[in-house]
Amino acid sequence: MNDRSEKIRNLLVPVLSVILGLILGAILMAAFGYQPIQGYSSMLDAALGTQRGIGETLRQATPLIFTALGFSVANSAGFFNIGLSGQALCGWVVSVWVALAFPELPKVILLPFCIILGALAGAVAAAIPGFLRAFFGTSEVIVTIMLNYIFLYLSTFGLHEIMPASYRSSLDSSNTISQSASLRLPWLTQMFGGSRVNAGLFLALIALVVVWLLMKKTTLGFEIRSVGLNPFASEYAGMSSKRTIILSMVISGALAGLGGVVEGLGTYQNFFVQTTSLTIGFDGMAVSLLGSGSAIGILLSAVLFSILKIGGLGMQTGAGVPFEIVNVSIALIIFFVGINFLIRLMMAKFFGGKKQEEAVVTVEAKPANQNQEGGEL
Amino acid sequence: MDTLELIALILTSTLVYSTPLILTSLGGTFSERSGIVNVGLEGIMVMGAFSAVVFNLTMSSSLGAMTPWIAIIVGGIVGVVFSLFHAVATVSLRADHIISGTVVNLMAPALGVFLIKAWYGKGQTDNISQNLGYFSFPGLSDIPIIGPILFKNTFLPAYCAILIAVLAWFIIFKTKFGLRLRSVGENPQAADTLGINVYAMRYSGVLISGLLGGMGGAVFAQSISGNFSAGTIVGQGFISMAAMIFGKWNPLGAMGASLFFGFAQSLSIIGAQLPVISAVPPVLLQIAPYLLTIIVLVAFFGKASGPKANGKNYIKTK
Amino acid sequence: MVQENIVIEMRDITKQFGTFKANDKINLQVKAGEIHALLGENGAGKSTLMNVLSGLLEPTAGEILMHGNKVEITSPTKANQLGIGMVHQHFMLVDAFTVTENIILGSEPNHGGVLDRKKARNEIQKLSEQYGLSVNPDAYVRDISVGMEQRVEILKTLYRGADVLIFDEPTAVLTPQEIDELIVIMKELVKEGKSIILITHKLEEIKAVADRCTVIRRGQGIGTVNVKDVTSQQLADMMVGRTVSFKTQKKAAEPKEVVLSIDHLTVKENRGLEAVKELSLDVRAGEVVGIAGIDGNGQSELIQALTGLRKVESGTIFLRDENITNKKPRKITEAGVGHVPEDRHKYGLVLDMTLSENIGLQTYYQKAYRKNGLLNYTVMNEHARQLIEEYDVRTTSELVAAKALSGGNQQKAIIAREIDRDPDLLIVANPTRGLDVGAIEFIHKRLIEQRDKQKAVLLISFELEEILNVSDRIAVIHQGEIVGIVDPKATSENELGLLMAGYSLEEARRELEKAGDAHE
Repeated sequence: MNDRSEKIRNLLVPVLSVILGLILGAILMAAFGYQPIQGYSSMLDAALGTQRGIGETLRQATPLIFTALGFSVANSAGFFNIGLSGQALCGWVVSVWVALAFPELPKVILLPFCIILGALAGAVAAAIPGFLRAFFGTSEVIVTIMLNYIFLYLSTFGLHEIMPASYRSSLDSSNTISQSASLRLPWLTQMFGGSRVNAGLFLALIALVVVWLLMKKTTLGFEIRSVGLNPFASEYAGMSSKRTIILSMVISGALAGLGGVVEGLGTYQNFFVQTTSLTIGFDGMAVSLLGSGSAIGILLSAVLFSILKIGGLGMQTGAGVPFEIVNVSIALIIFFVGINFLIRLMMAKFFGGKKQEEAVVTVEAKPANQNQEGGEL
Repeated sequence: MDTLELIALILTSTLVYSTPLILTSLGGTFSERSGIVNVGLEGIMVMGAFSAVVFNLTMSSSLGAMTPWIAIIVGGIVGVVFSLFHAVATVSLRADHIISGTVVNLMAPALGVFLIKAWYGKGQTDNISQNLGYFSFPGLSDIPIIGPILFKNTFLPAYCAILIAVLAWFIIFKTKFGLRLRSVGENPQAADTLGINVYAMRYSGVLISGLLGGMGGAVFAQSISGNFSAGTIVGQGFISMAAMIFGKWNPLGAMGASLFFGFAQSLSIIGAQLPVISAVPPVLLQIAPYLLTIIVLVAFFGKASGPKANGKNYIKTK
Repeated sequence: MVQENIVIEMRDITKQFGTFKANDKINLQVKAGEIHALLGENGAGKSTLMNVLSGLLEPTAGEILMHGNKVEITSPTKANQLGIGMVHQHFMLVDAFTVTENIILGSEPNHGGVLDRKKARNEIQKLSEQYGLSVNPDAYVRDISVGMEQRVEILKTLYRGADVLIFDEPTAVLTPQEIDELIVIMKELVKEGKSIILITHKLEEIKAVADRCTVIRRGQGIGTVNVKDVTSQQLADMMVGRTVSFKTQKKAAEPKEVVLSIDHLTVKENRGLEAVKELSLDVRAGEVVGIAGIDGNGQSELIQALTGLRKVESGTIFLRDENITNKKPRKITEAGVGHVPEDRHKYGLVLDMTLSENIGLQTYYQKAYRKNGLLNYTVMNEHARQLIEEYDVRTTSELVAAKALSGGNQQKAIIAREIDRDPDLLIVANPTRGLDVGAIEFIHKRLIEQRDKQKAVLLISFELEEILNVSDRIAVIHQGEIVGIVDPKATSENELGLLMAGYSLEEARRELEKAGDAHE
């Protein structure tokens, strides 16, 4: 098996998946009478054409980086965390709530306090499925999705019934947080034409480095990867699968929580009732999958997805194309990443000849081993 | 209201909310028995709901009272087509089952709303005029006591679903097809050595799940929501999966579990009319079905063991 | 010359996987009514050849003839139609199904799709009686014994009208007594007109039951012999290509103080039943104690208890004077215990991690591997390179994923890792499973080396030959208890077989005396 061709294939898979996803999206647009070229150019225009647009794109990428990191850490441990939206929501609600509760505190105390508590909220939210999986072997796939709905309804309930009326500015939304809890930086806002970009971006970049260090260079990262790949051998080697799974979920949830925190303290500066699960949850998962879980990959994918999302709004106003086409394209991109076996086979066929093709069929394609029950411990 | 009316109300609401779950959990059973995990049932329900509503809105003037029933079949067919993606991806192209299923879940509402906007120019359809109303069995509804409860102003699709559940049980446990389907989910290699086409069996499992899931979504849209939007299906697909696990991958068990979950869901809607329940804060009733799902899953620690080769891609060596 | 009735002829069969030739122009002729053995080491190509015959693989070149006519065996179904049936080494059975369902799967008697279970049961009953293969048709396969599982596999082929039965390493999981029963079954099948191809690497079995034997080495056919005309030594030499020494050279053991002391240990298995019952055993420094027994008699649970992976219900485990009962795995490892697990892919290695990381799997957290709080991969890789060279692990580099190595090299890496920590007690379970003779020799040498360094070695194995070869004392385990401890130089495979089946030492010796008298 040629190691170098494998590396090239690894790089090309995400690129080709994106291209294919966008092309299919274009075909769908054309099929319903919309203009794909006009659509995509409005998209690029909206996302990257103005300072403000770039600012919004960066702003959108910020929580996506957090949730993507959250997904990848859990994934390394063999855990499919699709509860990122619920965990992010917890982070959002808690951080805003704390900000509203202590508006008088100086920024140097209040801001970190809100951030930390928001991350903690996400961590606790994720610890639940982690705990259930570690001690009861319960499938995290269903539990996390159920928790998404539970947190969604509880957050609405919290705003309506539990939050003091003085914190609310209207029936369905809270007051704006004070400046001392805000992630906005005046010079940043100005640089990007009044967009909502905020210091969360820097936090996200720092998180990328920290998580990379954690997974590649620390004993905890070693254990997470080991348990994710082979919990049995890890137990034999003295690692505690239970402890590692819960820890990885806690980290995952904290990162997702931070995704929610930057929405609350940076993007919207308040909290308002949500009717559906936060999109940054599943989008974060998509970003992580596209970026193959690596730090650079996640950064690039997050920016790409943000371009699609922000651009998508522009596409609706500029070319009349329904915004949802963006989500369809994103789903298609992930679909192609998922069936990357096909892409690798095609590449080997066209560029490598019969030997390469055989290598892909027999060696590279590892039979996936996922159990809906979440795997055994 | 008096006790009899109360019981009738509870039972009928339960049947209404259970039917989509029964159908979809049966679908999940077929898929997982063949060894393919199908978390995309949520998305398939969405497509079933979408196609049924669109069909209903378009054809109700020409088809009248039969519309919703034909729409259920349309929903099923669309479900089959949509599940084909999942089938091809997991059976032939070795994709991770959960990722493929999640793609289906992401794609369905996006595609559905996109098409709605393209056709109707707004993000939410009008309400359908012909929904799956209430039905009284002629004759049977006059039987004292059980008549009014079971057969008067009741929900006919539920009884059909129960029949389908019995049929599914028979197929899976009493027929040649069912034996082979199960073998492919338990030990595909053994089945392969006996000449059974593992790929074909797994395709059948997934496509059947698409059919039933699509029907489930169609029933939901035409009885509970009345229209289609991004927020039509909220977790019912996953709850159906939980019902399937609760029912130990046995069609009759899945049916029973679905009735249970349907009961929980209906409480949040009719709770205000019931004694005792009306005192419970509405938010608790809202989260009850989801919480119950988690509790049920936890309680099955150690006992929930599905088909042995479930979730594992099968690769033929030649 | 009279041409006897040749049922199967495989001519110049070649099977290539990429550049690797698993079969290289092999010729095989099987006569009607004979038991024809196919002898070769692990990886020699016997299973591949039979997979070609049974339709699971297509040959790259060559042809197959049945009764003189060329046939194309494109699938197992086609093979079945031609009358060829395979009794697999790793049983192809569905645990969740009954015996009947397993036998009829794929050829179900039915009425318009609905299963006819009664007809199935009757047919199976008939076959079972005709060939003396006793099974319980309604039992679930997950509940039946290994011997019955094998009979079900045989019935599967007979149900489909097999005339040629291929047995792939059938005795790997049987007790000596069950092996005798199988030999009776095979002779019965031949009497009823069947022909048998027996794939094996066990010479005693070939001598006991086969008429002729074809030897395969490294994918090539070496020759076909009449079994009664050759000795076991000659067969072994043909199989390996050089003179094989059957015994590992070792000097006498001089055991000193007790290193491992197990006292009245009771351990439960997953369903709550006692798997280890009040077991007591000592292992001294400077000796190898071998535990012999059939799989499933408590060995796994015993090992898990010793290594901290399973709870001890009662009793104690002492390592020298330290009580390690119910301590955590890492504490036990640090106390001086090394462990080579029975399933190297599942428990020994993280296949997707590099060889270096796998070698460091037990020690990565220690100070020596840290720098500024982070993992020091330079040190880890250097250490790995050192061990790779010392233990002759064949790999292109330490940074290659463990899954890329051959089974033998993977096992060497694990042994290197464990022995390098210089443990006072080394526990090895089925260390040479699936390995070729060269690797086996290497590993046995290392175990004896440990023992000569005054370490204690506890060897658990299902291979009697290995136990007899390496151990200084043999303890036989049966249903969680030690039923006897014997001296390998003074015992026999028959005696061990009886002990493994549950006889006490006196009973076993009496049985053997009786059998010995009967042969006079």
